[in-house]
Amino acid sequence: MCLAIPGKLIEVAPDAQGVRMGKANFGGIVKQVCLEYTPEVVVGDYVLVHVGFALSKVDEEEAARTYKALEELQQLSELDVPDVDDPTADPFPESPPAQIRPAA
Amino acid sequence: MKYLDEYRSEELANKIVAEIQRTITRPWVLMEVCGGQTHSIVKYGIDRLLPNEIELVHGPGCPVCVTSLEMIDKAHAIAQRPDVIFCSFGDMLRVPGSECDLLVLKSRGADIRIVYSPIDCLKIARANPDKKVVFFAIGFETTAPSNAMSVFQAKKQSVKNFSVLVSHVLVPPSIASILQSPQNRVQGFLGPGHVCTVMGYREYEPLAERFRVPIVITGFEPIDILQGTLMTLRQLEAGTHTVENQYPRVVNRDGNRVAQDLVNSVFEVCDRKWRGVGSIPKSGYKLRYEFRDHDAERIFDVKEIDTQEPANCISGLVLRGVKKPHDCACFGKQCTPETPLGATMVSAEGACAAYYTYGRHLEIKKQPEEVTHA
Repeated sequence: MCLAIPGKLIEVAPDAQGVRMGKANFGGIVKQVCLEYTPEVVVGDYVLVHVGFALSKVDEEEAARTYKALEELQQLSELDVPDVDDPTADPFPESPPAQIRPAA
Repeated sequence: MKYLDEYRSEELANKIVAEIQRTITRPWVLMEVCGGQTHSIVKYGIDRLLPNEIELVHGPGCPVCVTSLEMIDKAHAIAQRPDVIFCSFGDMLRVPGSECDLLVLKSRGADIRIVYSPIDCLKIARANPDKKVVFFAIGFETTAPSNAMSVFQAKKQSVKNFSVLVSHVLVPPSIASILQSPQNRVQGFLGPGHVCTVMGYREYEPLAERFRVPIVITGFEPIDILQGTLMTLRQLEAGTHTVENQYPRVVNRDGNRVAQDLVNSVFEVCDRKWRGVGSIPKSGYKLRYEFRDHDAERIFDVKEIDTQEPANCISGLVLRGVKKPHDCACFGKQCTPETPLGATMVSAEGACAAYYTYGRHLEIKKQPEEVTHA
């Protein structure tokens, strides 16, 4: 019920009633999104969307920082982890990494 | 998808589990507050990746589950009126009231529609000026801004044939209620990530301090849940009890102030009855007096309905983390998602329904002596 998913904002335009609306792309599916609660977002931002409302902009810096901190766990014995100081290391590669499979 | 796929990485999950194993020294009971987190935990088998010393119990955070039977019966009474178009989120349709569910009413001819967003109801109302369009406004703080906006816009745009049947619930009073219970076993919480996206986490700080429990605001993907578990565990092992934020990519301490302001202008806090739990003081929202023209309970004057839950259902204990689905004699037998006896089986995010969906009713319950500790 509290399901909310991140989508990339591809359009911002008010509707006929003047409500700030937009369109977001969720991995290929494009949906209308109300942007009244996220006045700061612009096209290209990722927004967290719940029942058709953007509740927050996804903070890319925080996402990258948290993800890198996780990857640093046990780093000394995990030589395959990219250098944290490497500015070219992309924590969010376009091709998704191996994923946990659902248990059933 | 960006911001989803990377939080399902098997390699990263294994690293966090290894860190959890290195950190833990004794048994702990953690509760994930949200039904969405429960669903993720059972779907990905996260509880089984964790050492046996960590027990995850499942919290009350499924608004579909905890919507009271009385409120569902009120919804049914309104939905059956010939002058009404009754709109709802899809997951309310199969929830049984005293007599049947909304899908059955639809098959009997009631005009019941699933909407993606509450704001879509305004379009339906404008297109059907001779009908009364009613939206079943349930949810936690996450959904309150969306439902509030639909009412606010209806008033602003003079959409007079739109109203809401409100059954909103709030997370912090339910956490306090769990911790105050003499039966409480919960020692740390994975807090509700999307609720806090809206509300921030200031209001969890007095709870952590008063009850001396760590609360880690946590997301919904497997990596989020494992990291939230590790952060909670580190606090428990260190004897600290603060609020931490695992989910800073969308949550900050203050939350979304624009959304909070609109919610506070449309709703006010009220006592609310929770299915399976009972009434919790100041644990819900109702419409403010200024929006009474959009209040379905007032417009349709539905009388109070007295209902009785099945005596053999333990959903109230499951919702408070005292029992697990397997502890119920009815689980997977007379109680299934098709024929639910109570709150935790009525929605996919309820603990009992999640266990059933992922086949756990087929497993033989482990006897205590069979449990090996790592």
